[in-house]
Amino acid sequence: MMVTPEGWEAVIGLEIHVQLNTATKMFCGCPVSFGDVPNTNVCPLCLGHPGTLPAMNEKAIEYATRIGLALNCTISPHSIFHRKNYFYPDLPKGYQISQYDLPLAVDGHLDVELEDGSILRVGVTRAHLEDDAAKLVHAGGVDGRIAGADYSMVDFNRGGTPLVEIVSEPEIHTPEQARAYLTQLKSLLEALEVSDVNMEEGSLRCDANISVHRPGTPFGTRTELKNMNSFRFLQRGLEAEIERQISALERGEEIVQETVHFDTGSGKVSTLRSKEEAHDYRYFPEPDMVPIELSAEYVEKVRAGLPELPAARKERYMRDYGLSPYDAGVLSANRPLAAFFERLSTQTGEAKLAANWVMGDFSGYLNAQGLEVKDSAVSVEALAELLGLLAAGTLSGKMAKDVFAAMVETGKGAPELVAERGLGQISDTGELETMVSELIAANPGPAEEYRQGRDRVLGFFVGQIMKQTRGQANPQLLNELLRKALAGSSPDN
Amino acid sequence: MMLDSHSLTAHECRRLLAVGEATSEEITAALLDRVKAVEGRVGAFLQVDEEGALAQARAVDAKRPEERSPWEGVPIAVKDILCTRGVETTCGSRILKGYIPPYDATVVRLLKEAGLVILGKLNMDEFAMGSSTENSAYQVTRNPWDLERVPGGSSGGSAAAVAAGEAPWSLGSDTGGSIRQPASLCGVVGMKPTYGAVSRWGLIAFASSLDQVGPFARTVQDVAALLDLIGRRDPNDQTSLGLPTPIAVPRGESLAGRRFGIIKEYLGDTIQPGVRRIFEQAVEALEALGGRCCEVSLPSVERGLAAYYIIAPAECSANLARFDGVRYGHRAHKAETLHEMYTRTRSEGFGPEVKRRIMIGTYALSSGYYDAYYAQAQRTRTLIIRDFQKAFAEVDLLISPTSPTVAFRLGERTADPLTMYLSDLCTIPVNLAGLPGLSLPAGFAAGLPVGLQIIGPHFSEQMMLDAAYALEQRLQVSTRPPLDVTPAKEVG
Repeated sequence: MMVTPEGWEAVIGLEIHVQLNTATKMFCGCPVSFGDVPNTNVCPLCLGHPGTLPAMNEKAIEYATRIGLALNCTISPHSIFHRKNYFYPDLPKGYQISQYDLPLAVDGHLDVELEDGSILRVGVTRAHLEDDAAKLVHAGGVDGRIAGADYSMVDFNRGGTPLVEIVSEPEIHTPEQARAYLTQLKSLLEALEVSDVNMEEGSLRCDANISVHRPGTPFGTRTELKNMNSFRFLQRGLEAEIERQISALERGEEIVQETVHFDTGSGKVSTLRSKEEAHDYRYFPEPDMVPIELSAEYVEKVRAGLPELPAARKERYMRDYGLSPYDAGVLSANRPLAAFFERLSTQTGEAKLAANWVMGDFSGYLNAQGLEVKDSAVSVEALAELLGLLAAGTLSGKMAKDVFAAMVETGKGAPELVAERGLGQISDTGELETMVSELIAANPGPAEEYRQGRDRVLGFFVGQIMKQTRGQANPQLLNELLRKALAGSSPDN
Repeated sequence: MMLDSHSLTAHECRRLLAVGEATSEEITAALLDRVKAVEGRVGAFLQVDEEGALAQARAVDAKRPEERSPWEGVPIAVKDILCTRGVETTCGSRILKGYIPPYDATVVRLLKEAGLVILGKLNMDEFAMGSSTENSAYQVTRNPWDLERVPGGSSGGSAAAVAAGEAPWSLGSDTGGSIRQPASLCGVVGMKPTYGAVSRWGLIAFASSLDQVGPFARTVQDVAALLDLIGRRDPNDQTSLGLPTPIAVPRGESLAGRRFGIIKEYLGDTIQPGVRRIFEQAVEALEALGGRCCEVSLPSVERGLAAYYIIAPAECSANLARFDGVRYGHRAHKAETLHEMYTRTRSEGFGPEVKRRIMIGTYALSSGYYDAYYAQAQRTRTLIIRDFQKAFAEVDLLISPTSPTVAFRLGERTADPLTMYLSDLCTIPVNLAGLPGLSLPAGFAAGLPVGLQIIGPHFSEQMMLDAAYALEQRLQVSTRPPLDVTPAKEVG
């Protein structure tokens, strides 16, 4: 963890771009899909052919409204699109259709839980809709960067994907807070089912505006930091930029307003564009589109359809399942994991046990293999069976872990594995013999009754051993040993 | 029988086909012959699709008459601003040389669905920027009434082709007068529909909030019929509403009780005396038909030109950004950097007027200038809309000369853009207000056609066409220019 040098404070605002997982693009019927053969999900519109006009995707408006509501924003009854003009090969129209002074959602906030359990409320300035640019692929350079590349290619599959840009207030002060904000936002978006929120695939992207100042003095000049395409790089990039700014100021230099690039390889930031080179985007209202008019009824309908959000789910887990704040927080943050936990808890009737297993061995297995919950080789039902055996005392904790590992490996169910391996049963003759002789010695009366021919007394002895071994004695072996021992225990001999 | 190309109005073609007096192939061939005979002088077409048109005509002829829709087999030509699938579409620009659209404009699709035979693509000012068609990157189009003069623009090819009898009717587009002004200068009927009446999908954008596709023909009835074919709502164009009701072919010859407002601001010195005389005669004719004419003042229309030359360039500066050499059209060779590729592609691909407007628009939208120019122009636009609303509270329709002058000589105004811009003085406010406007041949000044502009409230096309028809019947203005008439073709 980075410690901001004494006397300095960083001021960070984040701009998060979220690709919506609508079936089709923002303005045309092309599918939104990641990883397809380049330039196959394209049409005259998303290639920017002359004469084409945007037709708004209603689902994108609904998703943006969901995001706005989940971020406690006011949903504007009237919002419009603007054109943001600049030239780049990934921008086929020569302008992006975005929202400017009348965005869809404004004035919200996100309560971010920090590591020490305290809550940081970060203001959300706005959330607005825009269309994504295409993807440039640079060939022949280092790490796919444009610098040093031989040539560049454009894949228009991504072009025109609906995006929501979420702009925070500059109310974040450390890289850790920024990371916590993004983590919380990601789990919120996941819960809303509006995006794949995958930073590696680019469906969740993050830029930061950063300045440093001494508390009580005006904000410093800010820079815009780009290319932080993972949670780790977000934190490292912010750390590097904050350090760079503070040491520059301490050397008596001035911070220049510019856009900087975080080099994930070297861990350094470098200038991408100076203020002079900054674009004048020449925003003006998009004449090809009608305003978005959202009635109060529409907004309420969307609000009513919102799924349970992580914060509410966490409360419920603490209240209904008696989970600790930490456990409830971890489980509620990840929607598929939460669903898995809830089903497991219902099937086993053991919430705490289910929580421990989902966060422990189950998550460990998923992480180790890089799997999503839906890809798990162990179903809720299978894990419930295992936990049932554990709860009944058939398996010890250690044995259950081994069985789980075997379930993952073989795909077999717990009872089958237990039977196959003779697990869960004490089949050690020596161990059982000792228990049997001790039991007979402690109960001379019933032993005598058995020898008198009252066979049913055998049941008493079996029961006692089973109780002692929590049912784990191999019954066949136990019967044999008991008969032998009772017969041979005659005081006459 | 003889097919005289000038007598071949769309309604006449339809009649001939219906009664079996001529086949679509005969009609199409007669028009293609006319094209061959006069194109060397007129230059209306950028491309004539002789083979495609004849094939289409034969396909219609192969159908039984009862299987045909009403206009099936009637030929038409369209401005090269409309995308035609598989057929080169240049928008009059070098930057789109060789561009073959992968799709049809909605209006082109509607024409095809109605079974019309598309003869070819018509010349225009580059990206519809101009009032004389002299800004075409490809060729000069001449006014069929005087080959030394311009046909007007930007839809000069669409107007000239219809005037010269090369097509019964045609489609053009109008952003500030680009249908009405050439219609006026070429002595044909042209109509810019209400903004939103016709889909813009596939219309290569100049100024999106002003552009509208519309019909040209030699008769009001043909214009009405063509408008009815294209005035459809289109989900591909959010700003399209379609016509509220189908357009009926106008037949009434009385204008009893109809109130006409004469726009006072368009009676000043900028109007040529000959044009004013014809306009006054038209007013008398309207009164003779039972119409009541009075002067109305729309003071803000005098600011229309200024507002237009901010708004239209601003929108075009964004609309033309896509012509960057990356995906289609012209690309400069041997550029060393991306920036150089953009700069050289656009420097080579665009003509001077297009560059001028991109520069003006880019400037007007720049940080620090937006409020003074673009925002101010939009406020002016609101004032113009209000002036029209006030006027329509008092009168049914407004009238003015379509163009302040008759057709000017080729080259006369090319050196002076401001004089050229004045050609659209009377038509521009109509686009700014999104209103429908129509130009009707009203007579001749020094042997050159003069058009009367009729302006109506939003979606009042039927009322406007009815009035235009009554006046047309009364005035009986010739639509046959003194081009050498080709020998009529013997058919049948």
